[in-house]
Amino acid sequence: MLLTVTTTHRPATDLGYLLVKHPDRTHAFDVPTGTAHVLYPEATEDRCTVALLLDVDPQRLGGGRKQQASPDSFTLGQFVNDRPYAASSLLASALAKVFRSALRGESKDRPSLAATPIPLEIHVPVLRCKGDPVALFEPLGWTVTARAIPLDDVPEGHPLAGDSAYVDLNLTGTLRLADALNQLYVLLPVLDDAKHYWVAPDEIDKLLRSGEGWLAAHPLKELIARRYLAHRRAFALTALERLSPDLPPVVMKPRDPSLADLRRDAVLAALASSGASRVLDLGCGGGALLAGLIKDMRYTEIVGTDVSSKALDLAHKRLHLDNVPSRQAGRVTLWQSALTYRDDRLKGFDAAVLMEVIEHLDPARLPALEASVFGHARPTTVVVTTPNAEYNVLYEGLSGMRHSDHRFEWGRSSFAAWTDRICTTYGYNAALSFVGNVDKSVGGSTQMAIFTLPRKDES
Amino acid sequence: MTEIDIPELALVALVGISGSGKSTFARANFAPTQVLSSDYFRGLIADDENDQSSSADAFDVLHYVAAKRLKAGRLTVVDATNLQSHARAGLVKVAREHDVLPVAVVLDVSESVAWERTQSRPDRTFGKQVLTRMHRDLRRSLGQLAREGFRKVHMLRGAEEIAGATIRYEKLYNDRRELTGPFDIIGDVHGCRAELDLLLEKLGYPAEGVHPEGRTAVFVGDLVDRGPDSPGVLRRVMAMVGAGSAICVPGNHEQKLARKLNGRQVQLTHGLPETLAQLEQEPPEFVQEVRTFIEGLVSHYVLDGGKLVVAHAGLKEEYQGRASGRVRSFALYGETTGETDEYGLPVRYPWARDYRGSAAVVYGHTPTPTPEWINNTICLDTGCVFGGKLTALRWPSRELVSVPAAREYYEPARPLVVARPDTGLDLQDVTGRRHLDYGYGRTTIPAENAAAALEVMSRFALAPETLIWLPPTMAPCSTATVEGYLEHPSTAFADMRSAGAGTVVCEEKHMGSRAVVRISREGSGDAIWTRTGRPFFDAERNAALLTRVRAAAIEAGVLDDGWLLFDTELLPWSAKAGGLIRERYAGVGAAGRAALPAALAVLDRVAARGLDVTALRQRMELRAEEVAGYSAAYRAYVRPTAGLDGVTLAPFAVLAAQGVSHSDKDHGWHLDIADKLVAADPALFTPTRRMVIDLSDPESERAATDWWLELTGAGGEGMVVKPWAGLGATDTRGRLIQPGVKCRGREYLRIIYGPEYTRPEQLERLRARNLGRKRGLALREHGLGLAALDRVAEQAPLWKVHELVFAILAAESEPVDPRL
Repeated sequence: MLLTVTTTHRPATDLGYLLVKHPDRTHAFDVPTGTAHVLYPEATEDRCTVALLLDVDPQRLGGGRKQQASPDSFTLGQFVNDRPYAASSLLASALAKVFRSALRGESKDRPSLAATPIPLEIHVPVLRCKGDPVALFEPLGWTVTARAIPLDDVPEGHPLAGDSAYVDLNLTGTLRLADALNQLYVLLPVLDDAKHYWVAPDEIDKLLRSGEGWLAAHPLKELIARRYLAHRRAFALTALERLSPDLPPVVMKPRDPSLADLRRDAVLAALASSGASRVLDLGCGGGALLAGLIKDMRYTEIVGTDVSSKALDLAHKRLHLDNVPSRQAGRVTLWQSALTYRDDRLKGFDAAVLMEVIEHLDPARLPALEASVFGHARPTTVVVTTPNAEYNVLYEGLSGMRHSDHRFEWGRSSFAAWTDRICTTYGYNAALSFVGNVDKSVGGSTQMAIFTLPRKDES
Repeated sequence: MTEIDIPELALVALVGISGSGKSTFARANFAPTQVLSSDYFRGLIADDENDQSSSADAFDVLHYVAAKRLKAGRLTVVDATNLQSHARAGLVKVAREHDVLPVAVVLDVSESVAWERTQSRPDRTFGKQVLTRMHRDLRRSLGQLAREGFRKVHMLRGAEEIAGATIRYEKLYNDRRELTGPFDIIGDVHGCRAELDLLLEKLGYPAEGVHPEGRTAVFVGDLVDRGPDSPGVLRRVMAMVGAGSAICVPGNHEQKLARKLNGRQVQLTHGLPETLAQLEQEPPEFVQEVRTFIEGLVSHYVLDGGKLVVAHAGLKEEYQGRASGRVRSFALYGETTGETDEYGLPVRYPWARDYRGSAAVVYGHTPTPTPEWINNTICLDTGCVFGGKLTALRWPSRELVSVPAAREYYEPARPLVVARPDTGLDLQDVTGRRHLDYGYGRTTIPAENAAAALEVMSRFALAPETLIWLPPTMAPCSTATVEGYLEHPSTAFADMRSAGAGTVVCEEKHMGSRAVVRISREGSGDAIWTRTGRPFFDAERNAALLTRVRAAAIEAGVLDDGWLLFDTELLPWSAKAGGLIRERYAGVGAAGRAALPAALAVLDRVAARGLDVTALRQRMELRAEEVAGYSAAYRAYVRPTAGLDGVTLAPFAVLAAQGVSHSDKDHGWHLDIADKLVAADPALFTPTRRMVIDLSDPESERAATDWWLELTGAGGEGMVVKPWAGLGATDTRGRLIQPGVKCRGREYLRIIYGPEYTRPEQLERLRARNLGRKRGLALREHGLGLAALDRVAEQAPLWKVHELVFAILAAESEPVDPRL
């Protein structure tokens, strides 16, 4: 909640004219989050420093940060947070309010000085910093020093040892004061990456206005736009297009199919050759596979299940299920279901898919899943995919498992043993294959098993 | 005066022409809510009771309502003309779908009487030819009613007989709820007379006459076939039934034997030839008696006030106390999946796995080595004739008594296998909006809370078999009135006093992570879980921790052959919550401790220039102090740990053990066991400091307040004030009271309410906090947890325990101020 700007341009006290704040007085302004004080700790001909000190009133802070929903999560963030101490969008907003004309580069008294680059030193003693401040400020002509603030004064090995997420940031350079202030206005929230207010479309205009003259050429302009606009993709794209209107619109180049694409295609192919028309996507998540199933009219009934109602909401939105014509409406259904419980609704389907699902279950809970899918729902065909742990050595920089929620990843023999057990216990036959690039020594990246119930013999 | 007999549960169709007096008859003999009138439903649909064009829709709704009533087991009377077979077929179908008997009551008045009545009603505008047609339909119907499926047809002729008729309700044959036993329910005998005699003797039945203690034997059927002396078994059972010391339901083998004796063509397999050969030796009168006996058997009984159901092959809940062909068929044969197994025998549908009824179902039919309770059902066929044993279940004590077979009399078609009780749970056990009556209270779980809990439960929690209890949330004490404090012992004691607790124990509140620990001597099924049911560490560390707990419990002499469930706090907080502390709490502290000195330095330089920033400087100084206090608060709960080194457990309650809930023990008992564990392994266990307070003694309270100030002054979180009587403590009206209220320290609360919460204006605002919701939640979760422990103790089916534990988790989705 503190930043200082120092200049050594002579007479340094002209800084007061540029900011329209007299160096020999104290200034206080009411802002929505508290009181913004403008003070000069130093004001001589040689050197003048202005400090913006935001005295945050915690009572006026709403729940700015996104609250997580799970019961184990930290829900007190609304009441215990760093907003009164760290530079953030709160400080940026205050900056824009109290130095409004300086940000616009206007000065009644010193118009030519406002247009002239002057030597500046900027100090932000505590900045919550996600990412590299050097990469953000250096391309703008600043010399950057960012000192990580330790979490606590404790010896190595203590749970509180190491750096905090905050840095003490110093910038020096020769820039127009307006540019410097605009850059702070944009980049402080970008580094903090947690806006305290709802981002509306007019933020795009604010970003473009403040970014005039420096943002278009910034090598990290995509990152800046995305974070400044609170990760709202559509806003960020609009901003970038408006930023460089002479460039042709951003065209997505056709990319190589990802492993996820290959996996989806392999599962779709397996379903198609099974002859199924009523299919279950168990653990459908956001509906990536469902989208593929919907396009194929051979599937007369498609049901996606997931244990997360959030995932189902997302799938509902992505698949535009609200706008499905009524004749089609019955074709796709989304249900909340948990694979560790028996669910009668899942009985009687031709095929079920467990695409990248089983590894999200603790091994101890797998038998419950097996009983509910293979024993109770008992579709004629079950397609299962799961990572091949042996393949992980081929992923550079991967240590441990491929996803933080994976409870296990199996090698080829473990997967084969599991499929064998399913076949013996539940009377299925299984065929194993790989999806994606197959390496001679470790196999493919994804393992797939297609389980089928033997046809009832005619006897 | 005519009396007409109607089963207590039936679908009664009134049959008669317009103006025959159906509605009057219905009004006179049934409650208004029992009568579904087609006129009324036409009115509901079309605003006009006589609008015939709405009939189809009106009957749709009428059938729907009838179905709901019959499902709930309520007598239902349909007041419509019911003159056409398609209309009656609809009613018979609804009755059959709910396995109740359809009954027809025909009201037959002359056309002239009907016409007279019709003309006197202004709303009836049809001509006389309509009545003539109706009358023709009625004549035509009369002969068809029985064929259409009406089990009873009552004819009331003429206005006088109709007006004078009264209803007499008859019980269904299977309704023997008035018999309360005690019972000895005996499994499949299959002609093993010697073993039957031994078992009956063991159960105390004399060779002739009744049991001296008035006990009643209940045979689950399959008395005959395969074994050496089916006539002997029949003779004994028939004599006992005759003497009133036994009742008997038929098995599929009796059924087949009766068909054979009636001259029907049946396959001579599965031991029937042996029985026929044995009966050859008997006088024909005896065979005749057997035939009559079997034909008189009722396929299932509901006994002991509805708490016990006996049927040969078991009976699902919706069939209990009902009568239909399929109910009888289920009782005799069970349900098959349509598949056959590797021995060519039909695969039986595992109805017991899905059974959720409150009545215990006792049955036979499927041989199993040992009887096991599955969802409140038990199969007593222990394959005596196959060389197993003959088993009886004593009711209500649920004790099993058996005698071994003298030898294998018949070779089984497939080996007897242990029927592994299917513990799988059904999604319907937990999802949707659910009402729970858990004994300590009632609660409704909103569907969205259940949905949230489902995700946590199935993605993160331990298996339901393990997760038999979750800790309830705890309410803080009422807001303090003492200056400078938000929580203070004085209000905690006042809360407990007004709840009716005379003596309380103040227990030091450990600041760590709540941990529930289940250990057993042999180590199987042991686990440690968090307050949301998650495992604590990785499997290896958990196992190591549990091994140490087990060893200590054995050394302390508190763990015998069964298992124990402890409520504990795992310390330090950083052992489990290290990431959270670093990211959220310590980060805020670090930012504050860096920012405020920088701000003060700026202000000092401003002041040095002769500008007045005194007030602002004071505010910043205050903030610096507050942040220092805040930092000290969380630092107190952070200690280095490596693996399990430095991790300790503070046990404070022994919730349950094998077969028993400890909710009735006082806290002295609980803490005594905790102390023994501490003594057995002081490195692993942290003691819980405590003070017992007599709430009528101000001196005692003052001492406890001093103790609290000292605890919290040294960085302690605070204390929990619990009624001395223990977890099950109740008020004078027998209702559960809060199992404890927390009273948290002034400094500790900085990490909850923010570093600056102690400012007078903030405290003033915070004092308005509303505790009602939190208290309600705490009490509800506590009750659900106690009920779960009770159900575990009485070995209730898994789903009955799980629905409560799930409800606790679902309750945690309630939006409540997280600071409380």
